[in-house]
Amino acid sequence: MAGMDLLSDQGFRTDGRKPNELRRIRFKKGVFKQADGSAYLEQGNTKVLAAVYGPHEIRGSKGKALHDKLLINCQYSMATFSTQDRKRRPRGDRKSQEMTMHLKQTFNAVVLTELFPKVQLDIYVEVLQSDGGNYCASVNAATLALIDAGIPMKDYVIACSGSFVKDTPIVDINHLEESTAGAEIIVAVLPRFDQIVFIEMNSRLHEDHLSRVMDQVMNGCKDIFNILNQQVKDELCKKAAIDKLVDAG
Amino acid sequence: MSVDIRLAKSRVVGLDVYHGDDPGNIVTPGDVITADTGFMRGHGTYMSEDCLHSSVAGMVERVNKLVSVRPLKTRYNGEIGDVVIGRIIEVSQKKWRVETHSRMDSILMLSSVNLPGGELRRRSEEDEKMMRNYLKEGDLISAEVQNVMSDGCLSLHTRSLKYGKLGQGTLVKVSPSLVLRRKTHFHNLPVGASIILGNNGYIWICPTEHVEAGETGGYETNLQPVSRSEREAIARLRNCVLALADQNVLLFDTSILYTFEASQKYAVKDILKPEVILEVVDLVQQRLELEGS
Repeated sequence: MAGMDLLSDQGFRTDGRKPNELRRIRFKKGVFKQADGSAYLEQGNTKVLAAVYGPHEIRGSKGKALHDKLLINCQYSMATFSTQDRKRRPRGDRKSQEMTMHLKQTFNAVVLTELFPKVQLDIYVEVLQSDGGNYCASVNAATLALIDAGIPMKDYVIACSGSFVKDTPIVDINHLEESTAGAEIIVAVLPRFDQIVFIEMNSRLHEDHLSRVMDQVMNGCKDIFNILNQQVKDELCKKAAIDKLVDAG
Repeated sequence: MSVDIRLAKSRVVGLDVYHGDDPGNIVTPGDVITADTGFMRGHGTYMSEDCLHSSVAGMVERVNKLVSVRPLKTRYNGEIGDVVIGRIIEVSQKKWRVETHSRMDSILMLSSVNLPGGELRRRSEEDEKMMRNYLKEGDLISAEVQNVMSDGCLSLHTRSLKYGKLGQGTLVKVSPSLVLRRKTHFHNLPVGASIILGNNGYIWICPTEHVEAGETGGYETNLQPVSRSEREAIARLRNCVLALADQNVLLFDTSILYTFEASQKYAVKDILKPEVILEVVDLVQQRLELEGS
């Protein structure tokens, strides 16, 4: 973009963040009554709703059932009003199909699927407002929805994106940075095991810079994990406090 | 008709009893529960790298050497002897499929129901053809869990006159963890209504006289009109159950009855307003504490 720096001389990004700073994260679990688990997550201006239904009997053709493990069914969709230009997005378009596949792979790696043979789990993700990092926000929201539903998982899955601007690695990039900065790295990790379950890179990045960007993105994932985990724990503690009141009575 | 609308920010939040203290048994997925190998792996946990990890977010419970983690919300995990309410979703060969908010559809075999005309009757081909006359898709039944199969599928039975098809009444769905396991789940409340607290979180509220008249396994559905006062009692009970569920208070006969009494000064439709829920449930909790139930 002409006349505009993604990283100012003072070392700030266009939205005033430092290179290693995340956008504000806010979330709420249990936003739907009907679903087994649900979550609403905001990462800056990216807003995502996730709902989990199941595990339940296979819907549709019974042939899809896996005899030894859980079948995970994902659906990713973007609202018509989620981007700058209003656009009808049919559910089966290529972009969301790809995203659906990625989400499915990610959660197959982390949900303890062998505990639920012959049944199905549905994960529905809807992007309400898109400002970059849709995959990351979707994964984080779906993780929270799975926790809300009480589905056994190996660990949290946390996703974070990163890029490389003016010899500096930056994390959690927004739409402007996504579309102008060039290389974009998206990583989904199991933060407590330091394992990567998903990694994607768009456009080119010099090999020498890769490890620096990766380190920064991993740190971003850890930060997101700490934020999410803290609030999940706090909510549980609150519930435990109410229970204690009842038990004492 | 006036409509009650309020802004999200002006909603009342629940009672705040949390003061930032960590009870010490709270875990989230991936947390290490113990590195000691002397423990047994229960529900909600898994072994990895010689450590016992949690796989759900909830409270750690320990029974001798068995360690398990109980999440706040789950689907219903059936146990033999549980009373459940279910809805017939399919009639197939010699069995009905029943939806019970479990992981898999439950099964009610033709051989595990009481057919009209005596308990000890051979099931003939005739009966098989008549299955849809006894129970058809969409019917609600109360039943008992007879067996839990290895894959988690529940097999039900209605071989007692108290179980069977449900007639006129209201179904309320709450989280299964809110229903307290008790000796009896059938209650004739002294307010003109009966309640069945299914262990699977499905709760059935119906007029009392139907229960007394209908101890026939439910094949003759009583379609007599229900009087206004009874319907009001049922509606009030329904809202009381929803209010208790909203505040995560365990459901059993006493708590429901207390809520019913505490809600008397409000109109039935007002019970579900957030501030009324808070006040009523708070009164109930105080009363339960006082009586030390």
